[in-house]
Amino acid sequence: MIDPHLHHVPKLGRHPSRLRLAGVPVITVLFGSLLTALPLIAQSPILPPFGLLLLLSWRLLRPDLWRAWIGLPLGLFDDMASGQPIGSAMFLWTVALIGIDAIEHRLVWRSYRQDWLIAAIAIIVCLSGGLFFARITGGGAVPFSLIVPQMVWTILLFPFVVRQCARMDRWRVMA
Amino acid sequence: MARPPSRRPGINRRAQYSLFASYVVAITGAVVGLLLVVIAIFDPTGFSALRIAAAEIARPASVTMKSMVSGIASVDEVLASYWRAGSQNMALRRQVEADRNRIIEAKAVAQENVRLKKLLKLVDEDSTDLLSARLIASSASSARRFARLNAGSWQGVRPGMPVRASEGLVGRIHSVTPNSSDVLLLTDASNIVPVRRASDNIPAISTGLGDGSVEIRALTAGRNPFKPGDLLVTSGIGGVYQPNIPVAVVVRAQGEIAYGVPLANPARVDAVVVERIFEQAVSRPGPAAPPVAETPPADNSAAP
Repeated sequence: MIDPHLHHVPKLGRHPSRLRLAGVPVITVLFGSLLTALPLIAQSPILPPFGLLLLLSWRLLRPDLWRAWIGLPLGLFDDMASGQPIGSAMFLWTVALIGIDAIEHRLVWRSYRQDWLIAAIAIIVCLSGGLFFARITGGGAVPFSLIVPQMVWTILLFPFVVRQCARMDRWRVMA
Repeated sequence: MARPPSRRPGINRRAQYSLFASYVVAITGAVVGLLLVVIAIFDPTGFSALRIAAAEIARPASVTMKSMVSGIASVDEVLASYWRAGSQNMALRRQVEADRNRIIEAKAVAQENVRLKKLLKLVDEDSTDLLSARLIASSASSARRFARLNAGSWQGVRPGMPVRASEGLVGRIHSVTPNSSDVLLLTDASNIVPVRRASDNIPAISTGLGDGSVEIRALTAGRNPFKPGDLLVTSGIGGVYQPNIPVAVVVRAQGEIAYGVPLANPARVDAVVVERIFEQAVSRPGPAAPPVAETPPADNSAAP
């Protein structure tokens, strides 16, 4: 009998398919954006932006995976699914990714806590920006305090999401 | 952990150009995104065609999940109804007997109404209902309050049509795709509904607050006439909503503003009814028909 732990070890001389290597992160982010399709009629913004969380997790976990332009197609899809004006996440996600690139050049020592801090800043920027865009495109005077709870638990959820990304990443790179 | 391997590609010219090009693409794309938002300021539903793909992909999943959870959502109500079932049963039975007389009276009044309307030659056929459908999803992560309806332009839904449940008004159609449409809920901060107090016709305007409640401002001068418990119904002004749809109940009055809670909770209602725009439904066809009836309703609000 084979030890169950040995089911998922890389086999000598085999490589995962390119589709799996490149596709898994993209598909998880798209799936995260599509969580708004849950049959939940919300009366206030309560659902954390899972697309953004997964994007940040993959970006901080695997700096060499994506270039900054990946924020454009993924952001466009998120806009289509989330009800925000088209272009909002396209702009904000790309700016967040460029910002992370810029920070990465300057930080010498970086660990998990710095990653969390970077993600927290990116989440605050993206959610506030999303609220601003919703306001100026005919959303009325939505108070800022409305998105604070969403912001808080999105930030608190980041460690969990990054864990799940790491787990998927281990599966992704093993043939 | 030391810094991750640098993304600077060393002296390889080709890699340098590729990295540079990726930033050019990213920044150009970000600017394009910003431009799209700016366009959306002037034309909020302009690029709704782009949403078709996402809406149509997500619709079957949402419909399936909705049919699974709609039973679960009312479990608490079922359990709560067992509590004090006996005394409630007696009270309800007495209530039914009292209501029976009222219903007979109401039927008579309705008949009389029909007769009087005929005398006035008012065209008021009950042709406002278009179809009933279910709310299957919502913009739960956005600051806007949209719900997705499981019916679209192929079923005859058009932007601007009012959406109501049996309990009261839910909102109105914001944009449509072939098989689904976005409903701008009553609680969205841009949804303005002309209302009146059911008891004495004081006109007011209801605006969403984005957090599940609405803000009610009276149109009369002087102090705030509303007090907790007041029932608000649509006034029919502006021609989008037909009159006398229940909208909200006032829960708190503070200075000039009263705060209310919508009577129809979109999370609980099972099916909603899409109605034709009121003015189009009642305006008489013929040479005297006002041209206003053809124009779609104003962007955000029906002017009070």
